[in-house]
Formats: sequence, structure tokens, C-alpha cells
Amino acid sequence: MTSYLIRNAQLLGGPAQDILITDGVISEIGTGLSASADVDIDAHGLIALPGLVDLHTHLREPGREDAETVLTGTQAAAKGGYTAVHAMANTFPVADTAGVVEQVWRLGQASGYCDVQPVGAVTVGLEGKKLAELGAMHDSAAGVRVFSDDGKCVDDAVIMRRALEYVKAFDGVVAQHAQEPRLTEGAQMNEGQVSGELGLGGWPAVAEEAIIARDVLLAAHVGSRLHVCHVSTAGSVEIIRWAKGKGWDVTAEVTPHHLLLTDELVRSYDPVYKVNPPLRTAEDVQALRAALADGTIDAVATDHAPHPAEDKDCEWAAAAMGMVGLETALSVVQQAMVDTGLLTWEGVADRMSHRPARIGRLSGHGRPVSVGEPANLVLFDPAYRGSVNPDSFASRSRNTPYRGLDLPGRVHATFLRGVPTVLAGELVELGELA
Amino acid sequence: MKRHLVSAADLSRDDALLILDTAEELAQLSGRAVKKLPTLRGRTVVNLFFEDSTRTKTSFEVAEKRLSADVINFAAKGSSVSKGESLKDTALTLQAMGADAVVIRHHASGAPARLAQSDWLHGSVINAGDGTHEHPTQALLDALTMRRHLNPGLGNDLNGRRITIVGDVLHSRVARSNVLLLQTLGAQVTCVAPPTLLPVGIGSWPCEVSYDLDASLAKTDALMMLRVQRERMNAAFFPTEREYSRRYGMNGQRMAKLPEHAIVMHPGPMVRGMEITAEVADSPRCTAVEQVANGVSTRMAVLYLLLGGAVFNDGPSDAPRTETSEAAQ
Ligand SMILES: [Zn+2]
Repeated sequence: MTSYLIRNAQLLGGPAQDILITDGVISEIGTGLSASADVDIDAHGLIALPGLVDLHTHLREPGREDAETVLTGTQAAAKGGYTAVHAMANTFPVADTAGVVEQVWRLGQASGYCDVQPVGAVTVGLEGKKLAELGAMHDSAAGVRVFSDDGKCVDDAVIMRRALEYVKAFDGVVAQHAQEPRLTEGAQMNEGQVSGELGLGGWPAVAEEAIIARDVLLAAHVGSRLHVCHVSTAGSVEIIRWAKGKGWDVTAEVTPHHLLLTDELVRSYDPVYKVNPPLRTAEDVQALRAALADGTIDAVATDHAPHPAEDKDCEWAAAAMGMVGLETALSVVQQAMVDTGLLTWEGVADRMSHRPARIGRLSGHGRPVSVGEPANLVLFDPAYRGSVNPDSFASRSRNTPYRGLDLPGRVHATFLRGVPTVLAGELVELGELA
Repeated sequence: MKRHLVSAADLSRDDALLILDTAEELAQLSGRAVKKLPTLRGRTVVNLFFEDSTRTKTSFEVAEKRLSADVINFAAKGSSVSKGESLKDTALTLQAMGADAVVIRHHASGAPARLAQSDWLHGSVINAGDGTHEHPTQALLDALTMRRHLNPGLGNDLNGRRITIVGDVLHSRVARSNVLLLQTLGAQVTCVAPPTLLPVGIGSWPCEVSYDLDASLAKTDALMMLRVQRERMNAAFFPTEREYSRRYGMNGQRMAKLPEHAIVMHPGPMVRGMEITAEVADSPRCTAVEQVANGVSTRMAVLYLLLGGAVFNDGPSDAPRTETSEAAQ
């Protein structure tokens, strides 16, 4: 196996050091390492972070390969600094059986760019009526630990209770897309000042908060783990803070776009801003940033939602919801959290690698950059400045709100178990290395 | 003025008055034997209606024909969720046909704005009603009607006049456009409705808000009734038709509380009995029919000014929505 000597990388909480990678493992760290390696990498000015872990990615395969495939999605993940992603279950067919989750898992193995950990559906067909075979998905080769009907809310309280109880048998977690369905019928954007002016159906904050409040109580009642997907309102943050204060096992994630963008952008009626949950107000953004900073929100998760151009190049009401996020996540977090002084790079490593890996029970990821650990790491250049060019994305889709915007930072290199998936900002052709 | 008329916020006070004055001049045409002007000869105007609306479509069509435009009626069917039928494809077709202006009615809020902003189409976009968003030419014809009764004369605005808008403000594109335009013209607007039928955030709109119709009547110069769609009842916006009618319906008793000079307006079609009694609808103070006539001259004025070569003032407007039309230029 090729060995790599990364010279002068900025380690978290310490001086610049050299990192030696041999046989897929970080074998030595030190200043002025004299070891010889097959490849030398000059990492002057680059930060070494543990490989990022996404709890919430839509890879679209099987079923919507025109939007994304496991291969293109994991390539996008690698370009974003990720070494593991959780693939959401709302595929066609739905990932609600051992067969489908194994298929997705194997496609991830075959890609080699990023580990793919499938999320299993909570209910059959995401219909919210009948529990899917959660145990079989856990026992499959994919070893599913995270279950979610994401895209839809498990709104039936009894089904939610049973799911929370049932997954305790194999240390699973239910990741809820909190959206009360009746309160969000016909919803097109955040309910508020802007929706009133634009005449677009509103998505009230309380529709998210009411479900989160119910779910933390249910999780506490049955003594199970609850994970809240893409928290988007200040009120949701308060409920999660309260639940954590009680000592309950509740975790939560926020997307990069909810840390940066507000519903004011919807005034353009440009569907690139149409996303579920919707972009909220500036006050919500402030609350989400503060909650991520103080750890109330555990993780940043991309909710990477690729859509082909024709699903977005239309009027607002007809457009699909979602935006791609893997390749811009770290830059957005730098802008929203690091450059604002809210989070250190250690904090970023915690919220984008350590904690999401722990929530998903991924033992090989989210480890510190230290000797003896698997060489899953990112070299990130925080000083880089440049505008976002979606035409260079590895993702098959281009539905990003950041086209042409200046975002700070850039992933220079990503290593998955000692194999570079990205070098000098470009995808590595894995076939060539093997 | 901008190239498009997507929102009432696109209009400065001068733009709005220019349209109203032009409409007054064009209105004199309808008294003539030959009701036609050659202004738009050789120009193609497309009426693109994704939603049925006989009244608005006919009104535009008459206006276009009186200005001698080549008129194409493009009825586009389809639901907002079916991806097969796309606004973009339709726009590209119209672009290929050389449309100079597209009058669009769409069930989705923002569809005209999207059309005006996109590079799908180069002609002017005139919003003939989009979802629950706006209907600017309706607001213009309402303003013309109000000016005739309350402050007649070219160049006059509605400064200090008190307008009360009653009913389903939440779902009303007419109300949204009217609040914006009437504020531009200096009027004081009060929206009256049950709380369930008022938009979130209306507190910061340039209008007063009230739940009590009777309290507003004595200080009203023009009372504008909105249509209440019966299907709203099933969605629990109010308990029963009878209760709505009692609290927010217009009847003879309430009409008596209005000042003598006050008018009662209705964009039509009127649901007699529930929102307005026959007594009010048929009274000389009700301007519903007059509004229809004013619709034609107002729409002629808009088409004439957008397409006839005359340019509206490109005055700065700080309303964010105007950016949509500016960006398209
Ligand atoms: Zn979701």
C-alpha cells in the first residue's frame, strides 16, 4: 500500500506537524519526520481534520440515478472532506428491507470514495403505518443503526413509540423528520412575514416544534435514543436544550444552509432556495448557530438533496425541495461558525466528525488524528478564497444556492483509510491507484 | 417604469398616476363608434392562462384588440405538480413565436415573477393574477374606480382617503396588490377579516388590521368586499356561512352606517347572500359593474405604456419585489 508523508499540517490544538500514513493507518506524527514515504504532501497552511461524517445524505440510488448515484454522491462527499455518509432511505424502492440496504451498502463499498452507511426506513414504504423490518436491516451486512422516514414525519404517536422501543434491542436510533403533516399542508416556505407577502403557503415553526416536543417525551418515556433531523427553528432548539437538561438521550443536527441562509431569499421566487425544512428567519439562524456552538445541536448534517435541473428550473410551486450540500458544507460552516468566532476547528471536528460518528455508531470513523488510528482525514485550506462553481461539482446535480458566491476554504485532500480520494482539490481516479 | 408588471410594488406613484390618467383618456374611446387604436398594430400579445378566468381573460382580450394587437390565447392546462407541463417549455414556445408581451394567470404564486426573471422569454410579463400573491391590474382598475368617485381629475391621487378591505385577505391576490398600490397613492387602508383569514405578518403591512367590520364603517370612503370561497369553510377558517355572513357580510344595515359618499366595491363574481346582500349589490353605490368597464381601459393603459413605446419613469423603488423585474432587464 502506498505510504504518504504529510508535511507541516496544522493539527488541532497543537503546532504544525508531519503525519506519516502507512498501511492505511496513521503510523507516526512528529516534527521534521525523517521517514521516507512513497508520496510527500506539502500541507503548509492546511488544517488536518478527522474525516467528516454525514448523518444525512440523499444518494438517490436506487431509483433516481438521474439525480445522483452512490458513486457520484460518494465522490461529492470525498470532495467535501467526508469519509462516511449515511444514505437516507427515501429511494425507489424505499430502503425498508435488508435487501435494499445491503444493495446500497455494497454500492458504497464498490465506489471506494467514502463509506456508505445506509439508513433504514422506520415504516414500510415510508407510509407511517407499519414498522419495517428494523431488526433484519440491522442484522444485514449493512448493519443499520439509524432509522428514518426522512422526507416524511413519523406522525403517528404509537408507531413512533414502538419504533423507539423496538430499536433498543440493537442500540438503534430513530432519526425523525419533524413535520406535523396537517399544519404543513400546502406549505411552500417558512410561515412568516415573507410568506404572507409572497402569498406562499406557510410552514409554521410550531409544526416542527410540536413533533420534537412530543418525540423527546416519547423517547424519555420508553428510555430510547432519539435523533432530530435538520432542526430549523429557535423554538426547536429550546425544546432540545430542555430535553438534554433532563438528561435524556436526545441528539440533533442542523444543516449548513440553515446556519447561513434566511427566508428573505425566497423573495426571488428562485426554487434553488426551496428546501424542507424551509429556510427560516435571521433570529432562527442566530439560535441555531448558538445551539451548535454550545453543543445543544450535536452535529452538522448536509441533507444533501440532489435534483436534476428540470426539477428546479420551473416555477416555485412545481419545484422539488432540497439542495446539494456535500461539497460546500465545510466552507459554509467556516463562514457561519468559525469566521464568526462561534466555533473553533476543534469544535468543527467534534460537530462534523466525532459526534455524528458516535450517533451513527460508526466505530471506524470520527476518531482523532493520532497515531494508531485509521487514516481517515481531511486537509483543509481555510485561507482559500474563491467563488463556488457548481459546474465543477462531482455531484450529478447542481442545485446549490451558492453558485457564484464567495465561500471561504477548500478541501485540499481527503484520505479514506490511507487512500487519497481527493488530492490538490481534485478527485483521485481510484482505479489508477489500485 | 419597468419592462414588466408583476407586482403593484413595481409601480411608483408617478407610474401609477400615469397609468390611471392614460386609462381615463383611453376610456373615452369606448364612447366612439370605432373603438380601436392602431397603437399595438404588428405587436403580438399572448394571454397565457393556466387557470380559468373568463372575466380577466376577456377584459385583457378586449383591451388588446382595441389597441390592434395580434392576440394569441394560450390556454395551458395542468397541475402545479405535474412535471410534464412546464412553465419553461411554454415560455420557450412563446418566445419562439415572437411574443412581445405575455399576460399570465397562474395558480402558483410567483410564476409571473419567475417568468420575468428567467431568460426563457424576452417580452414583457404582465401578471394577471398569480396564486394567492398579486393581481396588479385589478388593483389599478380599483384605484381608477375609487378616484372617479372620491377625487376625480387627471393627476389626482387618493391621498387621505380611507379604504376598508373586507374578507379573505389571506388568499386574496386582489387584497395584496391593493394594499401596496393604495399605500403608494396615499390612501389609508384597513383590512377587516376574522383572524384566520389574515396573512401572517400583516401587522407590518402598510395597513391597519381589524376584526370588527361595524367599527370600521363610519370612517370608510370605499369599502372593498373580497370573494370568500366556499371551500374555505371545510378548512375551518370560519365556523359556518351564516356566522361569516353575520360578522363580515355586507348588508343594507351596514351600508346605512357608511358615509353618504362612500362606495361599495366588489371584484366579482359576487356570492350574493353570504358576502353581500342583493340589496347592496344592486344599489347605485355598488361599483361592481363599473369596475368591469374600468378593467378594460386600465389594461389598455398598461399594455399601451409597456408596449406602445412610452416609457414609465424608472424611478427608484425600495420595495424588494421590484428587483425581480429590474433583474430581468
Ligand atoms: Zn428531512
